[in-house]
Amino acid sequence: MMHVVLAVTAVIFSLAAAGAIMRISRGPSLLDRVLAADVLLAILAGALCIDMAVNRHLNNLMLVVAISIIGFIGSVTVARFVADRRVKPDES
Amino acid sequence: MNPDLSGPDGWIDAVSAVFMVVGALLSLGAAIGLLRFPDLLSRMHAATKPQVLGLFLLLAAIGLQMRTWWVWPVLAVAWIFQLLTVPVSAHMVGRAGYRTKHLHRELLTADELEAVVQKAAAEAARKDSPDGGG
Repeated sequence: MMHVVLAVTAVIFSLAAAGAIMRISRGPSLLDRVLAADVLLAILAGALCIDMAVNRHLNNLMLVVAISIIGFIGSVTVARFVADRRVKPDES
Repeated sequence: MNPDLSGPDGWIDAVSAVFMVVGALLSLGAAIGLLRFPDLLSRMHAATKPQVLGLFLLLAAIGLQMRTWWVWPVLAVAWIFQLLTVPVSAHMVGRAGYRTKHLHRELLTADELEAVVQKAAAEAARKDSPDGGG
């Protein structure tokens, strides 16, 4: 049963990562890209969790803990220094 | 495919399988929300789903699959730090999005930040003017 779960979640995570990457490449503003990068990081942490749960090891656990502790620094930094460079600021 | 539901092992496997699939579906929901929602603030609403509930479900699946007690405090640490740090980045991104006007005002039902911004702008203008400042 675990192999079926692994296949299903692999497909779902691949679609989710593709959507997040599409928003990173398309996203009209810098903040949209940062938000999509955060979602991509959450998807990566989720994929690591699935790997650990299906194969019953704990090799990636410290990596997941580190992602949850310091993963917010990037978006905070970008949001701190973002500036509005558009001429007409009412389209997003 | 058909789990053996006679013993506790089969039930634990089934529950953790459901947790894993639902946690993955939350990530897919976040991606769909990122692609379909119109502005930054509603995309932020979608983006928090895999960060909190999705991570909780997947960490619980790890704890159920490992069948040991000592792993649960580590998983709790991971989830609690996620709960502490996600609002910080959401606050900063939301405020920067408001300042740079990445939002559709017609979609808002209440705008409690506008009064604060107006007051701060008025105070800055009063301070900048040569005769009215103090």
